[in-house]
Amino acid sequence: MGAYLTRRVLLMALTLFGMSVLIFVMLRLVPGNIADILVDSAGIADPKEKAKIARELGLDRPIFDQYLQWIGGLVRGDLGFAYVSERPALEEIAPRIPISAKLAGLALFFSVILGVPLGVISAVRQNSVVDYLLRIISLSGLSLPSFWLGLLILMASVQWFGMIPIYTNEPRSFIDEMLLLSIPAAAVGFRSSALIMRLTRSSMLEVLRQDYIRTARSKGASQTTVNYVHALRNALLPVVTIIGIEAAFLVGGLIVTETVFNIPGVARFLVEAILWRDYPIVQNLVMLIAFCVVVVNFLVDMAYMALDPRIKYAD
Amino acid sequence: MRKRLATIAGGLVAAVALSAPAFAQKQGGTLRVSHRDNPPSASIHEEATISVNMPFMGVFNNLVFFDPKEKINSPDKIVPELAESWSWNDDKTKLTFKLREGVKWHDGKPFTSKDVKCTWDALRGDEKQEIIRKNPRKVWYKNVKEITTNGDNEVTFTLERQQPSFMSMLAAGYSPVYPCHVEARVMRSKPIGTGPFKVADFKRNEAIKLVRNPDYWRKGRPYLDAIEFKIVPNRSTRVLGFVAGEFDLTFDSDITFPLLKDVKDQKKDAICEARPTNVHSNLLVNRDAPPFDNPRLREALVYSLDRSPFSDILAQGNDLRGATMLPPPAGVWGMTQDELQKLPGFGPDIEKNREVARGIMKELGYGPDKPLKIKVATRNIAIYRDPAVILIDQLKQIYIDGELEPIDTTIWYNKIQQKNYQVGMNLTGAGLDDPDGVFYENFYSTSDRNYTAYKNPEIDKMIDEQSAETDVAKRKVLVSKIEQALLKDAARPPITHGVANTCWAPAVKNLVLQHNSIYNGWRLEDVWLDK
Repeated sequence: MGAYLTRRVLLMALTLFGMSVLIFVMLRLVPGNIADILVDSAGIADPKEKAKIARELGLDRPIFDQYLQWIGGLVRGDLGFAYVSERPALEEIAPRIPISAKLAGLALFFSVILGVPLGVISAVRQNSVVDYLLRIISLSGLSLPSFWLGLLILMASVQWFGMIPIYTNEPRSFIDEMLLLSIPAAAVGFRSSALIMRLTRSSMLEVLRQDYIRTARSKGASQTTVNYVHALRNALLPVVTIIGIEAAFLVGGLIVTETVFNIPGVARFLVEAILWRDYPIVQNLVMLIAFCVVVVNFLVDMAYMALDPRIKYAD
Repeated sequence: MRKRLATIAGGLVAAVALSAPAFAQKQGGTLRVSHRDNPPSASIHEEATISVNMPFMGVFNNLVFFDPKEKINSPDKIVPELAESWSWNDDKTKLTFKLREGVKWHDGKPFTSKDVKCTWDALRGDEKQEIIRKNPRKVWYKNVKEITTNGDNEVTFTLERQQPSFMSMLAAGYSPVYPCHVEARVMRSKPIGTGPFKVADFKRNEAIKLVRNPDYWRKGRPYLDAIEFKIVPNRSTRVLGFVAGEFDLTFDSDITFPLLKDVKDQKKDAICEARPTNVHSNLLVNRDAPPFDNPRLREALVYSLDRSPFSDILAQGNDLRGATMLPPPAGVWGMTQDELQKLPGFGPDIEKNREVARGIMKELGYGPDKPLKIKVATRNIAIYRDPAVILIDQLKQIYIDGELEPIDTTIWYNKIQQKNYQVGMNLTGAGLDDPDGVFYENFYSTSDRNYTAYKNPEIDKMIDEQSAETDVAKRKVLVSKIEQALLKDAARPPITHGVANTCWAPAVKNLVLQHNSIYNGWRLEDVWLDK
């Protein structure tokens, strides 16, 4: 197990290194850089001004030097300066992380808390009215783009309650913040919950037909025990995998939802930074996301062991 | 006698009625405004977008300013700000300002003539002045020979020649006085001004918060305690926020005509005002490369345009027909509709115009069976793409087969500057409704904002000539001649001048929108809230 963990950690480090090179090179392959954009925002086309800005920002230095400077800084915890705001990148990124983390956490919570039990119910009551209803809901969840759902929620709030649940002022308390974030989280989580519901249903249906379930029933175990103790635990393996993948995909959903609900999180900030080619912000944020994905994948692998004692990672 | 008394009494009643709001003005409150995007910076001198002017104009003062109570900016409506008075020498080449005493910057340092000198030295291109990094309107001050100070409270601008528009340029929203002692980086993020509001916070992607300057030189102003601009990039969210009462004022010109009906339906008490934006759509034609290096082909383009569908489809018929300058009544210098009719391609008989264009095309060897294939480049954002699509449809009428080429907005000017296009659909905003501002900036051969690199010594001469003309009537004739010459030369042939709506809640009082430039009039010191 120890050797496996060492291998995994090394693999994670290698993946992150590969990501860093990829992000760095790809950003510079995209047409236009921050000097172009800053000059463009003033509607001028003076190559001298562009060159001056590029020099000021160190963009005229060899690309390898620029990479070494960034990665060296990253190792030391120095994320550099944001090009647009001219403030330390860490100061720009850090306050936005908790907001997106809470939103993503809530969205994931909603998707699991709704997806798993409803998937079980749908499977247990296969081909009943409840099952059909839940399948329709899950299909809608998969078909509705979250930005559209978000807009519908906003329009309905304005129409019926005369208020709009967007993030215009910093919430006064943690509970206020959770209440405010719960609506966009539900909008993002709805799609994931639909996916989890469908996967839980099909996985449960497969497990419920296994011999050991029949044995449990014949031994007199109650329906609840059979469904939730014997079947669900085994049906959860593929569900956990998909939750891990969805956690990574949530970032994509957050970009749109943060924009519609005006939440000042990292996802919206990342898009803005990409548009401005604000390299220090984009590079560090993408690395942060990559790090989260790698860690979540690792945790999912560890969860397999907890869920199924037969799974062992050989040294 | 009775009649005279009745007149006086009537006059008094009217005067009381008119002055009534003055008694009712209330101090305090926070004006909540929606903002459409992240301003590139807070430094007005470095940028050329309303995204900067609207939130940050209240931080600064000019030497002189277009009267904020007037809807039309014109040279005879200029009022003092940091300058208490001004005087010209006899040949109108020296302009001396007496500066207001006791004015302090937001950081407590005194405002002096040195600040005026260093601001305009920087704008003239003196790189020793480190208060700006970019300088898009350098050409505005090409006629300034030198700036001299006489003590702390007097400054003189010496011009190469007389220039009647000089005062207008100083009065524009793009001409605030900057402090010499604050570096450019700070001015871009948390600027220091002398204005009615101080910057409390500028959080990118979130909000800009201005608070009342308690030491403002104009006693009793501003009325508001604070102004909060919330950055909401999604227009639907912004509009819904306004309808729900989350904002008191929409972003400038944010409410298009199709949206206006929704806003009025959902928020019956909303006050919405339509005004020309002084932003006009136009064609960029690459005259330095085939096929449009042929002047006849450029002429055909000019005759192909039918301006009404652009206005009908995109603005429910509210956009204005005009040449380069904004047409009257809002525009001070533009041609009247009657005068416009005489310009090539502006005649009412579109079919006849297009017949001329088709004739030219046939003469050049093109026809229905052999159309000219071109690419129509434009910024990949809706306000640029939509008119480009209409243009492509119209070009088909004269045997030009256009293909839309959406360009990432970040490299748009790059592409234009490198002449890597054939025809482009473009929008041009005028910071100032003034021929010097518009012509020097966009068409003068040495201007940094002349991104098509249009070079025509004859036009340069005409621009200089109108700039020096002091007789307004004569100058208007010269301005019209330039407009005609530009159109004939297909130098950014204009299509339509935009009109859009700005809305506010009834509690917002004393807000005067200026109708010939969206970039002016956002000092907001006279605005108050009736809450």
